[in-house]
Amino acid sequence: MARIIWGLATSHVPSIGAAMDNGKTADDYWKPLFDGYEPARRWMAEHTPDVAVVVYNDHANAVDLDQVPAFAIGTADRYPVADEGWGRRPVPPVTGAPELSEHLVRELIDDSFDITTYHRLDVDHGLTVPLSVYCPEPGQAWPCAVVPLLVNVIQYPQPTAARCLALGKALGRAIRSFPQDISVAVFGTGGMSHQLAGARAGLINTGFDRMFLDAIEHDPEKLAALTREDYIREAGTEGIELIMWLVMRGALSDTITRVHETYHVPASNTAAGLALFEDLGDREGAPA
Amino acid sequence: MTEARDNYLLDVAASRRGYAINRLCGSLKDPENRRRFSEDEAAYCDAYGLSEEQKKAILERDWTGMLELGASIFYTFKLAMLDQKSMQYLGGVFTGMSTEEFMAAMRSGGRNFG
Repeated sequence: MARIIWGLATSHVPSIGAAMDNGKTADDYWKPLFDGYEPARRWMAEHTPDVAVVVYNDHANAVDLDQVPAFAIGTADRYPVADEGWGRRPVPPVTGAPELSEHLVRELIDDSFDITTYHRLDVDHGLTVPLSVYCPEPGQAWPCAVVPLLVNVIQYPQPTAARCLALGKALGRAIRSFPQDISVAVFGTGGMSHQLAGARAGLINTGFDRMFLDAIEHDPEKLAALTREDYIREAGTEGIELIMWLVMRGALSDTITRVHETYHVPASNTAAGLALFEDLGDREGAPA
Repeated sequence: MTEARDNYLLDVAASRRGYAINRLCGSLKDPENRRRFSEDEAAYCDAYGLSEEQKKAILERDWTGMLELGASIFYTFKLAMLDQKSMQYLGGVFTGMSTEEFMAAMRSGGRNFG
């Protein structure tokens, strides 16, 4: 059976990818953030999963406003890197895990999560930046296959935080019932506090972000109880992306340990956060 | 230029109201569309069915006006990038700051609303 070995929560701001693509990670502006990533990257490099399930949102690239699925899963063999209007990121195309995708779609629908499927999906910075945070120098290919899981965080009303946590729990059950002996990592991406448009542009709420970074480990139910209005007020209109961290957290077992955490302001107009958890509950030989 | 409110939300009503403007901005991810837009912006706006108000906001680069008309920042950002304007530039526009002032505010920990 498949095992979940770790979960990574990370911001997915495009400029973090651009800093890597343009060799700026040692600049004064970026160095503190990338230094903060280093211990997590070293640990993850020693714990390569077979597949990463990446929970993210598209930003007007593969998904437009004609149809807005609340939750969707990519089911393709391969996901091209999107041209978001300024050229494709110079990173490898993403290899899919279609058998796992098919299994997850079936299990989640049987678990009353009516998932939209994408057979064709150009993946944008929401997915590729987290892969680069995990693996800064992939060479010709990423170290693992990927199942993209998309959440609508752009058009209001977004799924509730509680629904995201519940989806994560169902996702965890679905992964663990996949009848192949593979290891899986789950990425929850986006956040932390940020507001891009309007008079509150540039909003950073460090108090809320610090609370969230702690509670995502110890008390995700508290975060799931927040309304979308709470997220928008406290973390900004785009800070509501944090609900995607709850999908990741829900997929992990109750027995996790925090490997590393980092928090830095600013990355572009946002607060960048990272939290990495090892999932001990699914470790071979661990008590059930 | 329009003064920004603090509560823009792309709800279903805004999405309907801003459909044409968002569709136009989204189309700019395609290099051929960027070329056609730059050749004749007004004609491109007409081809995408923008209202006169929306067309004016696009042609004048009234970034806040676009929000008022139902635009989403993720869409209008593609137009900004075509103009080689950054998200920090837009942040400055929305808050009445220069790009440099806005960047300095971010570097000093962002804008705190208590």
